[in-house]
Amino acid sequence: MSKTTTYEPGSHPNLPPPPGSVGPIAWMRENLFSSWLNAALTLLSLFVVVVIVPPIADWAYFSATFEGTSREACTATSGACWAVVTSRWDQFFYGLYPQAETWRLNLAFVGLLIAVTPWLVPNTPFRRPLVLFSFAFPFIAAWLLRGGFGLEEVHTGRWGGFSLTLVIGVTGIVASLPLGILLALGRQSNLPVISWLSIAFIETVRGVPLIMFLFMASNMLNLFLPSGVQFDLLLRALIAVTLFSAAYMAEVVRGGLQAIPKGQMEAAQAMGLSYWQAMIFIILPQALRIVIPGIVNSFIALFKDTSLVAIIGLFDLLNMAKAIVTDTDWQGLSIEVYAFAALVYWIVCFSMSRYSIWLEGRLDGGKRD
Amino acid sequence: MSETQHPAVSVKGVHKWFGQFHVLKNVNLEVASGERIVICGPSGSGKSTLIRCLNRLEQNQKGSITIEGVELTEDVKRIDAIRKEVGMVFQHFNLFPHMTVQENCSLALIRVRRMPKAEADAVAMEYLEKVQIPEQADKFPGQLSGGQQQRVAIARALAMKPRIMLFDEPTSALDPEMIKEVLDVMVDLAESGMTMLVVTHEMGFAKEVADRMVFMDEGEIIEVAPPSEFFTNPKSDRTKLFLSQILDH
Repeated sequence: MSKTTTYEPGSHPNLPPPPGSVGPIAWMRENLFSSWLNAALTLLSLFVVVVIVPPIADWAYFSATFEGTSREACTATSGACWAVVTSRWDQFFYGLYPQAETWRLNLAFVGLLIAVTPWLVPNTPFRRPLVLFSFAFPFIAAWLLRGGFGLEEVHTGRWGGFSLTLVIGVTGIVASLPLGILLALGRQSNLPVISWLSIAFIETVRGVPLIMFLFMASNMLNLFLPSGVQFDLLLRALIAVTLFSAAYMAEVVRGGLQAIPKGQMEAAQAMGLSYWQAMIFIILPQALRIVIPGIVNSFIALFKDTSLVAIIGLFDLLNMAKAIVTDTDWQGLSIEVYAFAALVYWIVCFSMSRYSIWLEGRLDGGKRD
Repeated sequence: MSETQHPAVSVKGVHKWFGQFHVLKNVNLEVASGERIVICGPSGSGKSTLIRCLNRLEQNQKGSITIEGVELTEDVKRIDAIRKEVGMVFQHFNLFPHMTVQENCSLALIRVRRMPKAEADAVAMEYLEKVQIPEQADKFPGQLSGGQQQRVAIARALAMKPRIMLFDEPTSALDPEMIKEVLDVMVDLAESGMTMLVVTHEMGFAKEVADRMVFMDEGEIIEVAPPSEFFTNPKSDRTKLFLSQILDH
């Protein structure tokens, strides 16, 4: 029925694909209904979605209560009582930080966003001053959060909620990557002392649970320190989390280092580059690119592990949620409180995951051989 | 130290072992400035190891190696100084895949020679023109053919303005139709008077440019002779056997 046109050799034009092989219908036929089993699974999944989603949406949104000052506000409807979240918003995010001073946390958060921009966004304008700012930022943030030098002092014991989670998570992430890289290089070092120390550190830390590390940081450290020396509990937790995470990071980075052909180092050395120049300009950029998924995986694990600091009495987001659940005004609302805390964790972790996927795609473009 | 007083390369009584394996056995070789040496021999004969000792990618356990009058020792400063004067081209190119062709060529100028970036870029382009691929400057190595990559590797080594160039089987990893473009660049370089030590099986190239042929087997230098003698009237039986194996087919 269709007539076949013939072309001179070398003059065949690009023709459109036959009808029905592209477009949404074709996509569905190929991906959702390609076989009987596939079609059955598609329909079953659709059924499950129809059964599950409407009640959840109804509970979480359509019949939910968003405003109120106690549990009584929520008795009218059958849905979720989000009033507990909105009325305790400040505690979720600021912990017990003095209300009049929470602007300092907000300012520090904005500063954090600015400080990470030159590292995360390629070709940032004003890169040089931004990088300088990012190196100064930890000190600025410490001053803003702790106070002193003109600001009212806020003891770390009053820090809490999401802002504390962020402090521990960001500090751990930022400090553990360079430390992990150094440990990975140390482990491969030709100098036996350095490699033994690195291996000993990595294997010791990896062999112990983080919780035990935190216990040791909170209880045992005082036994070793001379009496009278006070060591901030939060600082101890920060050090414990960072060292713990660095050991894992070292092994991730080592995986990347091993994937780089020996010839790269040889070529760099043959050109007269020193060991550190070769590492910084040749080996690490390639090695770290390979292990981005592993690095981000460690970051995500670390961010969630910050919730373990509850065990030594710090009120991070999860511990704060636990405290709110026990509040007599809001008894029996653990689902809402924990669901909200889970959502906050998920948003942060999912963002990291999406960012790493974007970064991998960007670095891959045209650069692979 | 004027350079004319010293041989470019002086290898005296060099021995090397890989574990128990004795790869270099009492190797002696002197190379004058501007001389072109082609080193050949069966695989495993130690020829790559020998030239890798010349810039300390491998370390000899006995004997001495002197480059332009400076003896190679444990001293890192000396090693770095010698590496600045000795360029190397590898069998597998070893370009840096995360950098553009131009960045590959300018990196060491900027970081080792401390040249300002604009000047280094200009030098890089100059040498990319010499190897006839200036139009590829902004591409990444993975986007080039093997022959083009090896020419970039040569330009990268030359950009440092070395006094000696080492070639470690530069055409062995190339598809046959790309060997000529690389050899052409090497012939040009030889004609410019560069001191060259080339490990290769390209006997046509050897006949054309070599001042002396060095034949190695089982870690020893068996025979050193000008190509006219080496190919027509080899002294040792091993050389004869080797030549018959690579030439008669």
